[in-house]
Amino acid sequence: MATKLVKGNSAVIIGALYAGCDCYFGYPITPASEILQDASLYFPKLGRKFVQAESEEAAINMVYGAASTGHRVMAASSSPGMSLKTEGISYIAAAELPCVIVDIMRAGPGLGNIGAEQGDYSQMVKGGGHGNYKNIVLAPNSVQEMCDFTAKGFDLAFKYRIPVIILADGVLGQMIEPLVFPKKAIEPTIDESWAVGGTAETRGNMISTIMLDFDELEELNERLQKKYELIEKAEVDHEGYQLEDASIVLVSYGISSRIARTAVDIARKQGYKAGLFRPKTLWPFPKDELKKLAKGTDKEFISVEMSNGQMIEDIKLAIECSAPVDLVSRMGGNLITVEQITEKISRIANKRGLK
Amino acid sequence: MVKTAEKKLTRPVINVLECKGCGRCIIACPKDVLEMSSELNERGYHFVKYKGSGCIGCGNCYYSCPEPLALEVHIVENDKEQK
Amino acid sequence: MTEKVIGKAPGLYKEFVRKGGSAPTATHYCPGCGHGILHKIIGEAMSDFDIQDRTIAISPVGCAVFAYYYFDCGNVQAAHGRAPAVATGISRARPDSVVISYQGDGDLASIGLNETLQAANRGEKIAVIFVNNTVYGMTGGQMAPTTLVGEKTSTSPDGRDPRFSGYPIHMCELIDTLKAPVFIERVSLSDIAHIRKARKAIRKAIEIQSQGKGYAFVEVLSNCPTNLKQNAEQTIEWINEHMEKEFPLGNFRDTSNDVDKIEKIYSDFSVESLDEIFELEKAHIFDTKSGGNYAARRLKVAGFGGQGVLSMGLLAAGAGCFAGHEVSWFPSYGPEQRGGTANCSVVISDDPIGSPVVQYPDILVAMNRPSLEKFAADAVSGATIFYDSSAGQFDPPDGITAVSVPTIEIARKAGSEKAINTAMLGVMIQSGVLGIGKTHFCEALKVHFAAKQKVVDINLRAIDLGSEWARENL
Repeated sequence: MATKLVKGNSAVIIGALYAGCDCYFGYPITPASEILQDASLYFPKLGRKFVQAESEEAAINMVYGAASTGHRVMAASSSPGMSLKTEGISYIAAAELPCVIVDIMRAGPGLGNIGAEQGDYSQMVKGGGHGNYKNIVLAPNSVQEMCDFTAKGFDLAFKYRIPVIILADGVLGQMIEPLVFPKKAIEPTIDESWAVGGTAETRGNMISTIMLDFDELEELNERLQKKYELIEKAEVDHEGYQLEDASIVLVSYGISSRIARTAVDIARKQGYKAGLFRPKTLWPFPKDELKKLAKGTDKEFISVEMSNGQMIEDIKLAIECSAPVDLVSRMGGNLITVEQITEKISRIANKRGLK
Repeated sequence: MVKTAEKKLTRPVINVLECKGCGRCIIACPKDVLEMSSELNERGYHFVKYKGSGCIGCGNCYYSCPEPLALEVHIVENDKEQK
Repeated sequence: MTEKVIGKAPGLYKEFVRKGGSAPTATHYCPGCGHGILHKIIGEAMSDFDIQDRTIAISPVGCAVFAYYYFDCGNVQAAHGRAPAVATGISRARPDSVVISYQGDGDLASIGLNETLQAANRGEKIAVIFVNNTVYGMTGGQMAPTTLVGEKTSTSPDGRDPRFSGYPIHMCELIDTLKAPVFIERVSLSDIAHIRKARKAIRKAIEIQSQGKGYAFVEVLSNCPTNLKQNAEQTIEWINEHMEKEFPLGNFRDTSNDVDKIEKIYSDFSVESLDEIFELEKAHIFDTKSGGNYAARRLKVAGFGGQGVLSMGLLAAGAGCFAGHEVSWFPSYGPEQRGGTANCSVVISDDPIGSPVVQYPDILVAMNRPSLEKFAADAVSGATIFYDSSAGQFDPPDGITAVSVPTIEIARKAGSEKAINTAMLGVMIQSGVLGIGKTHFCEALKVHFAAKQKVVDINLRAIDLGSEWARENL
């Protein structure tokens, strides 16, 4: 198990390259730029293709083009750049093209700042651009997962022909941790049934998102929804910590989930039955698992997120409002503190007698 | 080799159905051998007609025609070996 | 007697199945529109050069959005203005392909102007066929970037007024300012004489692609029979008398005989090559003991940029790995760094690490006065602060130990003033606050400065001298 100390952003490129990613198209933006820089260093060494695009829109449309050929391709950016990319992502979703897009979230709205935030949740988890589409959204919380989820993203993207978003943040992108390198490398093949590869076999294929006929477009929409149902059944992933007897359930993803986990340990030491439910897939959201958790005994949920309660809505829908859901949040680039969470836990527990 | 009884000449072959009657070919013809019909085709357009003689097979009408399948030019050449 | 046929539109489908409807053999274009003429020329070239299997045509947004109904080759339809970016993606992913991007004036010269110029400037291996008819056709005849001064459109009802709408954009001239393009020409579809010249230019642009020689751009002046209300005669007059005056025809550049083929690059997916570029032969296997009894340390290192504070944190994290602990390292980043100060957080623990950001350090290293002032108050009770003696007199708060270290002196002795960070590290190691043996720091240092043996030696010496200083002074 070859291990190196690696930056989160660099781990993305390592995961991508071992997963057979062939093309990278990007535009500089803090705090995601190391992904672009590493791509510019490593892709050409392997004869793989790297273009520093003229804009976020150009980058995502290069992804659209290269993905049309059936190759494994990716882009990365950070929040304002993701807003610019949403047009292209809508097209990619409509054309049912596979690709991986990494969002190293920073604080918004507007230009905001480069501190870590999770304010892109709704934009990425609900689709983001125009039309009835979804992205698969994976939420890593360590450097190892930055690598592993990127690689997994390609498998999911090709399994369902769907854009996969790796939703991380400035802290995960910038931090360094030990990374165990992948042991195997994928040698991708082209699916000639749909790709437009400039070959005799694929000459009859076509990628387009325009459908003037209302019924034809509705049919595409319905097919997409069926695909999304399949994904919701098969690809939900989450992780539980101290949930067995927990009366206070923190729900948290990404960097917040690590802080929440520390808070659970401290709360337990203080005698509170706290636990952590961590979605690894934000879409599909692990709603059945949460609903199961909410059943029966008296519980309270706390959404721990670096955003304005964006995930709360999904938690409430999942548990069908069968238990109260609170919010612990910081915004503007500030990290949530352990104390902030433990205070909330003790206040709720004491108020409701949930020891 | 059997020679065809009917002697075919160089001529434009117009697919009446596909002609939209824009008239670009009429202007392009150096020999003025094309004209617009007074009647309409099935799709409701006037269409171009060959006057019946004088085509020199230059291909101008084909290249100025916007409809891929509306017009072709058949050029009859005397094969030297068959002389 | 033999019969030769000019016709059948080679390179185009024999029936437009994707179009469907009641007239599947007719185009969707208006009578007299130049698009059909151009499609035939492109199709014929693809067929003549025998490149239909290799060709991928990009349909734009605009009237030609359905170009894929017709071109008998691979087809990709792009978002408005993005065809050159899409073409770039395709051309890069498929080095053997022939890529043709077909765009109108709104698409290419307005919403997609950036993509257009940038793809040209990169010299992408694509042929761009630009149909300039001075008007947005599909959306109902609005003013385009190429609309002539005084020309009436649905959004310039009194004619284009340059005081408010500027002047027509000259794309060939713009692209001709760039170095990379191989072929640039402006042609017209006004009448048969011009169509024949246009055919020649387009065949050349496509031939350049079939030879893999680089970027080719052909601007085609055309009509809009519907929005500009032009019949065949008016089309000729409009293009020849008006458009041509604004957009002079001619070849701007053809270096196709002077340039070499662009080298085709093919991807390597082997695990051996990957392991090699990431130098995995130098990677380590860390025996991480989660749940051990090492008491977690939260370390903050701060100072000026250039004092090696980020490296120092990394060395501590590296030593933690070699000692079998979980570690994380997190830097200040972005403008904060450019202000001249830098800091990083290091957490070393036997439990899974929560936040990698250290707000309340139990070890603070301050390499200058501002860092000391900024972070000392956050140090937890019982913390140790190591600070550079250049920071001057400092009285630590109650319950905190402060150590002033003459790092420059130690580093000088080690052989380089740059080694102040490792000198400080030597002091910390010797003090025992990190609870990690010196050998692990030496291992980490060798990894960190892998390529530079001389630097390794100086820094090892600095660690030794720092330790020695600590033995004598702490």
